[in-house]
Amino acid sequence: MCVVRGLTKTYPAVRGRRGAPATPEVRATDDVTLHIRRGEIFGLLGPNGAGKSTLVRQMTGLMRPDAGSVEILGHDIVRHPERAARILAYLGQESTALDELTVSLAAETTGRLRGLDARRARAERDAVLDELGLAPLAARPLKKLSGGQRRLACFAAALVGQRPLLVLDEPTTGMDPVARRAVWAAVDRRRAEHGATVLLVTHNVIEAETVLDRVAVLDRGRVIACDSPAGLKEKVAGEVRVDLVWREAAPLHVPEVAALRDRTVESGRRWTLRLAPEEARAVVATVTGGAAFAALDDFTLATPSLEDVYLALGGAARQGLVKA
Amino acid sequence: MSVVPADVLPGGVLAAGDGAAGPAELGPRARLWPALAAVYRAQLSRARVARIPLLFVATFQSVGIMILMRGVVDGGGEARAVVAGSAVLVVAFVALNLLAQYFGQLRGSGGLDHYATLPVPPAAVVLGAAGAYASFTVPGTVVTAVSGCLLFGLPLAHLWILVAVIPLAGAALAGLGAALGLLAPRPELATLLGQLGMSAALLLGVLPADRMPQAVKLARDLLPSTYGVEAFARTFGDHPDWAYVLGDLAVCAGVGVVSLAVATWAYRRAAVR
Repeated sequence: MCVVRGLTKTYPAVRGRRGAPATPEVRATDDVTLHIRRGEIFGLLGPNGAGKSTLVRQMTGLMRPDAGSVEILGHDIVRHPERAARILAYLGQESTALDELTVSLAAETTGRLRGLDARRARAERDAVLDELGLAPLAARPLKKLSGGQRRLACFAAALVGQRPLLVLDEPTTGMDPVARRAVWAAVDRRRAEHGATVLLVTHNVIEAETVLDRVAVLDRGRVIACDSPAGLKEKVAGEVRVDLVWREAAPLHVPEVAALRDRTVESGRRWTLRLAPEEARAVVATVTGGAAFAALDDFTLATPSLEDVYLALGGAARQGLVKA
Repeated sequence: MSVVPADVLPGGVLAAGDGAAGPAELGPRARLWPALAAVYRAQLSRARVARIPLLFVATFQSVGIMILMRGVVDGGGEARAVVAGSAVLVVAFVALNLLAQYFGQLRGSGGLDHYATLPVPPAAVVLGAAGAYASFTVPGTVVTAVSGCLLFGLPLAHLWILVAVIPLAGAALAGLGAALGLLAPRPELATLLGQLGMSAALLLGVLPADRMPQAVKLARDLLPSTYGVEAFARTFGDHPDWAYVLGDLAVCAGVGVVSLAVATWAYRRAAVR
């Protein structure tokens, strides 16, 4: 369906000017190779700045790679970037082009610009707005909607004028659970009825685990792993994550606690530890009894998530993945 | 949350050799005129949401300038130049300045991605937006022209020439505005260029040309709005020389074609980086 080979893009170094520090050359995507199958919901997961959006922009013909190839349904997108618009629908992070239109006109115009005639565009617009529960907002300009509603309206525009590949860059940002459910139901329907393929960019770990068939984990422009979420989690199956939240500061006068410090990831009052199950049990026993307990605010014990996979694989960013 | 496993889908993973059977059929391309109409309609609707206050500003500015000039100019050729210049200034304000800002912001914020990932001809996007902005100028230009004629006691007989002046000056200035907005590397620069263009149209269009130094006159001749002003001003005479009017309008049309072509090229360049 979609084959990416050796995709590389380097942003040139920027010389510092007054008020703007110099930035070194950045390799935004570094020899990325992916193979997306038809009918899949394929995810790109990584923290902000990992190169997800740059990769997607190259795959949608919006940016020329320095090297490498992108082939979608047999078409060479690097050589013919204009063909991408006739194969895929893209939902970018920006809505400025649609902000001052009403929800209804945004969807209809997008359909017209995807080559639908006026009647088809209107019919598909009505169907999509009904499907996503946007009909009551149809006459409101996008600008006047909340962030999540606006995102949903942009998603509606992306669905008008059916395409075999949907490229969605963080589609559910700011959405409430109802809107999220509407998005995934709409995606599933297109998959079941037309075999549509979805390429999803996300930094939300929970979303990645629940909706994706396969996920490529990106870190500093490189794919550091690519498998199903369950397959990835098996790599860290032997570990349990222990989160400890201290009331004020960690009780370092307790020797058992002090000994843990080297193995912990600290973020404010929170300590995160990745331990073998029996070790975790011992830690929990220590902190829930004796002197340490007085300093403890809260603790959780959890099976590994994709975030743990990311860190175990050597992902550099300690923060940036979202669990919500 | 996904309930449909990929391998039970029609032609799903089981049809793994996809792509081997040759390239898939492409979706339809949007044709030029329907796409242009769709962009035009969408842009026009933005006036309701965003542009109305600025359209009033454009008109008030021009009417205000005419009232100011009333004390300085007695009548005759200078009055014609002031009224024509103020009317075309509305076109410069909206079509040049506001369109340059719009495209500058669209480009700066990544909003062009929306159009760039739709199979729409670049000319449709540029012409649709330029046409809509030229249309925004109609009420303000007409109001300015009529109130100017009443203020300076000029004949209303040939105001119909606005039917030609607005679209042709609009095309020239909107093309320039779109090109500036799409070529400017940063949105602030697009805003600046749009403002400068409008200031030039104000100073060089409204002030009577006879008293200008040679260098300023040359700048005036290079500004496309000048020819719209000249064409319009000529029609206030008792026996307008229609050949000159047509000549001026032809210059507007020529600049319009060239600047819109440049804007289309600039859009193409801005869309794929």
